[in-house]
Amino acid sequence: MIEFILNNAHIISDVLPTTVLLDFIRKEKKLTGTKEGCREGDCGACIVLIGRLINNKVIYKSANSCLVPLGDIHGKHVVTVEGFNQAELSPIQSAIADEGGTQCGFCTPGFVVSMTGYFLSNSSLNSSSAVESLGGNICRCTGYAGIKRATEIGILTYEKNKSQKKTHLENLIDLKFVPDYFSSIKDKLNHLNSDIFRKVRQSETKTLIAGGTDLYVQKWESLVRGQADLFSGKKNLSGISIEGDQIKIGAYTTIEEIKSSELLQKYFHQWNYYLNLFGSLPIRNRATVGGNIVNASPIGDMTNILLALDATVHLTDGTKKHQILLRNFYTGYKTLEKKKHEIVEAISFPIPAKNFLFNYEKVSKRTYLDIASVNSSIYLEMKNGKIFTIRISAGGVAPVPFFLKQTCTYLLKKEITTDTIIEAGQIAQQEINPISDARGSAEYKRLLLRQLFYAHFIKLFPQQIDLEKLL
Amino acid sequence: MKNYDSIRHTRGESLFVDDIASPEGTLFGYVFYSSVAHGKILNLDFSNAWYVDGIKGIFSAKDIPGENQIGGIVRDENLFAEDTVHFIGHPIALVVAETFLQAHEAVKKIKCEFEKLPAVFDPREAAAKDQLIVKPRIFSLGNVDDAWNSCDYVFEGSAESGGQEHLYLETQASLAFPIEGGGIKIISSTQGPTTVQRTAAQVLALPMHKIEVDVIRLGGGFGGKEDQATPWAVMAALAALKLNAPVKLILPRQEDIRITGKRHPYSSDFKIGLTKDGKIIAYEATYYQNAGAAADLSPAILDRTLFHCTNSYFIPNVKATALSCRTNLTPFTAFRGFGGPQGMFVIESAIHKAAQKMGVDPSVIQKKNLLNEGDEFPYGQKTLNCHIKKCYEEVETRYNPKEIYQRIAEFNEKNKLVKKGAAIIPVTFGISFTTTFLNQASALVHLYTDGSVSVSSAAIEMGQGVNEKLRMIAANELSISIERIKIESTNTSRASNTSATAASKGTDLNGFAVIDACKILIERLRKVASEELKQTNPEKIEFKNEIVFHAGEKTGLTFSKLVKAAYSKRISLTAQAHHSTPNIYFDTKVNKGEPFAYHTYGTAIVEVTLDCLRGIYKVDSVKVVHDFGETINRTIDLSQAEGGIVQGIGWMTCEELKWNNEGKLLTDSLSTYKVPDIYAVPKEIKIHFLENVPNPFGPNKSKAIGEPPFMYGIGAYFALVNAMKAFNPNLDLNYSAPLTPEKVLLTLYNKRQIGRE
Repeated sequence: MIEFILNNAHIISDVLPTTVLLDFIRKEKKLTGTKEGCREGDCGACIVLIGRLINNKVIYKSANSCLVPLGDIHGKHVVTVEGFNQAELSPIQSAIADEGGTQCGFCTPGFVVSMTGYFLSNSSLNSSSAVESLGGNICRCTGYAGIKRATEIGILTYEKNKSQKKTHLENLIDLKFVPDYFSSIKDKLNHLNSDIFRKVRQSETKTLIAGGTDLYVQKWESLVRGQADLFSGKKNLSGISIEGDQIKIGAYTTIEEIKSSELLQKYFHQWNYYLNLFGSLPIRNRATVGGNIVNASPIGDMTNILLALDATVHLTDGTKKHQILLRNFYTGYKTLEKKKHEIVEAISFPIPAKNFLFNYEKVSKRTYLDIASVNSSIYLEMKNGKIFTIRISAGGVAPVPFFLKQTCTYLLKKEITTDTIIEAGQIAQQEINPISDARGSAEYKRLLLRQLFYAHFIKLFPQQIDLEKLL
Repeated sequence: MKNYDSIRHTRGESLFVDDIASPEGTLFGYVFYSSVAHGKILNLDFSNAWYVDGIKGIFSAKDIPGENQIGGIVRDENLFAEDTVHFIGHPIALVVAETFLQAHEAVKKIKCEFEKLPAVFDPREAAAKDQLIVKPRIFSLGNVDDAWNSCDYVFEGSAESGGQEHLYLETQASLAFPIEGGGIKIISSTQGPTTVQRTAAQVLALPMHKIEVDVIRLGGGFGGKEDQATPWAVMAALAALKLNAPVKLILPRQEDIRITGKRHPYSSDFKIGLTKDGKIIAYEATYYQNAGAAADLSPAILDRTLFHCTNSYFIPNVKATALSCRTNLTPFTAFRGFGGPQGMFVIESAIHKAAQKMGVDPSVIQKKNLLNEGDEFPYGQKTLNCHIKKCYEEVETRYNPKEIYQRIAEFNEKNKLVKKGAAIIPVTFGISFTTTFLNQASALVHLYTDGSVSVSSAAIEMGQGVNEKLRMIAANELSISIERIKIESTNTSRASNTSATAASKGTDLNGFAVIDACKILIERLRKVASEELKQTNPEKIEFKNEIVFHAGEKTGLTFSKLVKAAYSKRISLTAQAHHSTPNIYFDTKVNKGEPFAYHTYGTAIVEVTLDCLRGIYKVDSVKVVHDFGETINRTIDLSQAEGGIVQGIGWMTCEELKWNNEGKLLTDSLSTYKVPDIYAVPKEIKIHFLENVPNPFGPNKSKAIGEPPFMYGIGAYFALVNAMKAFNPNLDLNYSAPLTPEKVLLTLYNKRQIGRE
């Protein structure tokens, strides 16, 4: 049985846990405000909020309901556009209508949900972070100008009218951003039995779903027939911590959790910027690091970063554990050094050394919510003006998430000079083997990798690179 | 006052086809289509599909009771392939089952063997093989052959513009169900309900009155549902008729992208001749339109390329030749601008090339040649109320391009890896269907005894706000509160023989029809009011804000009372009116006439920033002066302009269709076909409504707005090219859109081969 709250209604359902949340909302519950636009998490017409209790507070995250298995919302609060409707339009709905932020209306419910979700999950508001929360919503009609205006009006309305004496949620309710019933959700969730511990053991035939953000794109039709298990509920598999000289990330940790991790932001100053290039907020809210690694996509963003961080994959079959370096984990296109019944339970990497340097580069046709044509990460330590440690990864240039081993070997113990970088770039060209596809011709990917390789050094060693000579 | 559609949209209460409560027992369809670009069907075997649970029917060409024909302009397209398939995605059969999953499962079990035939994907190759959809079309003015000699400069070149996927957020959708008397009712997401009705009638061998088509609204159209909503609606109708059950056919996104038509890719050659000071003396262009495997709307689109071949310029000697080339790709179709943008891209490329060679900014040439009042277009029409110069000059005063260029030059001087660029783009766009007979519409207005009003017309609401505009027009005409007025769904039983809502003409045609219908009612109400007030001269009756005035004096009679009185007097409270655009004609034998009711004008300046290390870019601003006439609804018009601009920028930059060499579309999903997202749009879009420009040819002095702003996107292309030139002045430039990050980078570095390969 799956038990949850849908808007203001208590739901108990016995459908298969792999049922797509979008289908349940639209077909079982006839809530047609949530739309099907693409079924691949790329349009946002089906975005809903999923609220869950964390430390006795309801935390709301947006998600593409086309990629969420119903089993994952057990014990949670799901909010669709209908769940925000009150007698009068909310300030957000009203601003979208007034500012020409809606034309055909098909994408609009998704925008209303994302935008309201932004207000629910942020008490300090500004237009740039508001825009970030809309990065997963596509509108083909308005050009987003009216939507941006509506966002700004929403923020102004809130800031102007909020009461300092009230909590953020109380203010949102008073100002009609969300209906009254939101105040009762915490208690309701507390009374749901959210303890659905599932035994996580990969069976021979069934797919194991973590965030599902790629699996549901690839094969939702077979997943909804029940040929899958859910990863959710295995609590000890998420979280970021320091263990000895390693930083360890549970396999079920979401990309958004990794992005907003204070521990990681402390080490990597541009962490937020880098990870913003990964999917969209609703995708990052669902996608997990374990999923990203096992999915073995040659252009996986997280994999690319972790390769340069010299990450180790922690595997378990339920009883026996073993570890393998991430760079040895991929044996060919989408094939892994992993037994069928093993699962990834964590990933870890050494705590970066003092004065380490790191950079991540990604180029795609569209900067955000797009898959890289080529991406690359670099980790580097210098000693006495020479390269002491260097690790560079390259995505989109080989059948696997690629580690530029020969290039790194060449660069070791060298000084950073323009000539060295040019020479190293040429070695990189010999290591890689890109193919032409929808994301670019092989010729382009070669050129692009060279450029991104240069970009690392231009960014990290601006004084030592002669641009005229390099380019 | 809020647009009432917008209110429902934000509440998720607007109904699209898939949101309508389906009738009991609705079945689901899935299309089986060709996996080869050109081939003979050797063997089509459905036997395994019949074993799938829940399967109800499989329909192919041989199950069609009427004609297997859906071609509109040219009868060259079948609903289901017979012996030969002509593109990947060519429908072969429709499978119907109890659930969507079952229907898809059954489709996967269909076996079809093909004998591959040679396929052509390139329009120039098709032209060389004489594979033309219609005879070449030529528009000319003056005599180019004589003119070249009098030019100081003559430049030649070529320009390519890519196709564009509509990516309407609601995919093609229809629900068909049997109605009494052997008829079928179709609820369709179509811009052309009559096209669906007529085609379904032909295919099903039924009279048109047995097919009722109803459209509430579209989740985006952009031209993609003008002709290409039809096959899916007709397939659903066929299955509903055969199975005597409701059938829903909604294309999943990936199938929609794979098998439906898009904007036509064009490959063109140009030759431009100018005087030393930049006056264009002669222009010659040849357009190779990639039409895909069937005519669809290609011939009409081809003509509009010619109508707009000189964009906003007067050129005394023009020869423009257009070829619609048959290839083995999905039939390309209408898309906002309808061939116009493709034509404008070529003349702007020619001007850019000339400017480069002459060492001047393209704006110098643009300004020298802008249309004046009374100037003749190559199709014979002369400009009237021409505001292009006003727009261009207003851009100069409001946005100061000189200062922008100066600022950019300084920035570029200081920055090695990041460059900025700017470009100005004037746009002149003719308003009317260039197929003259399509310029007609009708409206049906009911006044109910409680004072509420129902308006039906031929207009389809697809986000362009036509419903709200018609509501405002009716309220204004009847002098009543807008709250009284409801716009009905578009239904072939209430609006017959409709033209598709297209060519930016929805509000113009239907708005005039609504005005006319309201005038009839007002006339009747005047008589009734006169009688009620015991007066003799109905001419002295006026209506203002729901109150009846006599001889300028307020009376106690209100609109509601008057309607009741009229009913008691057995006066009809229903009026129907038909409108057709006056004075337009076009002679396709000589290609001269007055095809347009009027033109709409505007100019934009676009600024971009280019990262020359990575080849990625941002559009910083688009600043526009646009002629909206007297806008009926400012919010709607502004949003139309903003949306059009962004869609135009998408066409010119990140939206790229890629096929493999077998003719299979590679960019067939939202993860590979990228439209602008909220980050990709210009940081600043400024739109100034040109003042004091009432349009005598539009309802309430307004102008059409749907298509023209799209073409401001062309400015982004040239701004980017200018930024690239700033990085590498010697770059080898091909005019080829979209200018993707891939093309930018390969061009910036002169496609230098690096490493092995």
